[in-house]
Amino acid sequence: MKILVCISKTPDTTAKIAFTEGNTKFDENGVQWIINPYDEWYALVRAIELKEKDPSTIIHLVTVGTADAEPIIRKALALGGDEAIRINSNSNDSFFVAKQLATVAKEGNYDLIFTGKETIDYNSASIGSMLSALLDMPFVSLANKFDCDGNTATVRREIEGGEETCEVNLPVVISCQKGMAEQRIPNMRGIMAARTKPLKVLEPFEASATTSIKKFDTPPAKSGVKLIDPANMDELVRLLKEEAKVI
Amino acid sequence: MVIVYIDQADHQIKKSSLEAMSYGAALAKQLGCEVAALVLGTVQDNLADLGKNGAQKVYHLKNESLNTLDVKVHSSLIATAAKNVNANVVVFAHNINGKAIAPAVSVKLEAGIVTGASSLPNTENGFVVTKTVFSGKAFASIQIETPNKVIAINQNSFGIVNYDHNAIVEELNIPIPASSIKITKVEKVEGEIPLTEASLVVSGGRGLKGPEHWGILLDLAKSLGAATACSRPVSDSDWRPHHEHVGQTGIQIAPNLYIAIGISGAIQHLAGVNRSKTIVVINKDPEAPFFKAADYGVVGDAFEVVPTLTKAILKMKSTA
Ligand SMILES: Cc1cc2nc3c(=O)[nH]c(=O)nc-3n(C[C@H](O)[C@H](O)[C@H](O)COP(=O)(O)OP(=O)(O)OC[C@H]3O[C@@H](n4cnc5c(N)ncnc54)[C@H](O)[C@@H]3O)c2cc1C
Ligand SMILES: Nc1ncnc2c1ncn2[C@@H]1O[C@H](COP(=O)(O)O)[C@@H](O)[C@H]1O
Repeated sequence: MKILVCISKTPDTTAKIAFTEGNTKFDENGVQWIINPYDEWYALVRAIELKEKDPSTIIHLVTVGTADAEPIIRKALALGGDEAIRINSNSNDSFFVAKQLATVAKEGNYDLIFTGKETIDYNSASIGSMLSALLDMPFVSLANKFDCDGNTATVRREIEGGEETCEVNLPVVISCQKGMAEQRIPNMRGIMAARTKPLKVLEPFEASATTSIKKFDTPPAKSGVKLIDPANMDELVRLLKEEAKVI
Repeated sequence: MVIVYIDQADHQIKKSSLEAMSYGAALAKQLGCEVAALVLGTVQDNLADLGKNGAQKVYHLKNESLNTLDVKVHSSLIATAAKNVNANVVVFAHNINGKAIAPAVSVKLEAGIVTGASSLPNTENGFVVTKTVFSGKAFASIQIETPNKVIAINQNSFGIVNYDHNAIVEELNIPIPASSIKITKVEKVEGEIPLTEASLVVSGGRGLKGPEHWGILLDLAKSLGAATACSRPVSDSDWRPHHEHVGQTGIQIAPNLYIAIGISGAIQHLAGVNRSKTIVVINKDPEAPFFKAADYGVVGDAFEVVPTLTKAILKMKSTA
């Protein structure tokens, strides 16, 4: 089985968020990048677990990103995976990114494509669904359990108010979330091995962006908390009812 | 024309879809065009009533097989329907199904998409949609540059508007492709209010010390008719089920009221809840970072404050 895992980078959550060029660009100066948690903890680790069960499994990692994505993709290789592909572009447009990934996916003839549920910076939750449309494959979103037997995948996914288990034939695109796998930390052997694993850099394929970011704004700060005496919860109830009008 | 995808669960139209309908109607008014709803599957609701939320027309593809989600099937039907009725803007609720389907539809319509939109687009000069990014630390204004457009509007961002007309319902006749997904098991959480749909949420953190203490929180939630949530360490320790975990790596919610009990307010937690309209924080540590994000704060021991608050709410309800 051949698996493609889509890896994206995202600012560390404690990073200070600032903008430049008249608030039109995210200021990357001094930003610490991490692998998007859903891609790392769930998509990648589940792929590794599948390979541990069936060593003939091949895992490729792919990222659309400029050179500052190198350490991220190397770290992903240190966790596991056989080869990586980086497409050298920093586009923010989901369609452009999906088109790049779809081109790689088509060429590689993968049985399984894993993405994270969403990136934690822009929260688009779009790439998996777009990939499935571009590749004409079924898509199962928000998977929290995945198993595979021959050509049939059994996937548990989140639905409104519960969970649903379904069966679907490969090839399929899956977006992964909590429950899929247990978070791991790369070990020394993995880090050493990652240094010699192939990392191919490709120039972006022809595709036009469908959206562009015009500007960023920072939300107004909260006006400050109103403290209420713990002995006087009637007052809190009154405020929630009369001032906030939420109950 | 603007077309709004109406999502359902258990034969009932979702509240988030009614919000999307109201959003679509307001957008159509702004663009000076017509607005219709698109319903797939069978629902109990009277479809003409979607007029009350702004629909002029309802297109209905009535077929049992569409009641469960197959993104491939749903997205191709929605794209075909949109083309057939000449819709150039398709609106979704940014809920579980909308997140799965909308991007595939955008590919099929060659439309630019903004998911998680928080307000009506600015159409004075182009078509610019705003959404929150970087865990609520900023808004991005995103221009859609294609003639066709797809927007998925965040839950609880656009209030349901009431109109006094009924919609005309028209059955659609589009061949339905075979599904590639076979559902083998459905597990619903009985009787609970789904977190993403809830307008009131009571949430607990490690400050409650252990699962055996959740009774006071559940009593408070019950007194309000609120859904329950928790911080990540709480679900990681299996004190509460995983589907209650809110935050950056859990569910993102934006209820009208979020009551945080014994939660410190780490940035990753705030990322999931800071779009809530009103935030109440109950914490014994006056230095807890959550107070900075709160509208109302109570510095005190949860084990005393929470039962007192529940009593006060019950008292208010009995006299109201
Ligand atoms: C990449 C990443 C992603 C993460 N994603 C998430 C996420 O999605 N969601 C999430 O929640 N966390 C997430 N976290 C974890 C987050 O950083 C915090 O560790 C976590 O939110 C803390 O949970 P807590 O507030 O319940 O516990 P604590 O930080 O231990 O806080 C407990 C609070 O309870 C108060 N308290 C104690 N006793 C009482 C009492 N008797 N009465 C009242 N108050 C009391 C304390 O003063 C304290 O403020 C993430 C972390 C990382 C690194
Ligand atoms: N630039 C990228 N390169 C590779 N994969 C990506 C990229 N952006 C997003 N993805 C994948 O798509 C998932 C959903 O991202 P998004 O739709 O942007 O929220 C992520 O969790 C990744 O698995």
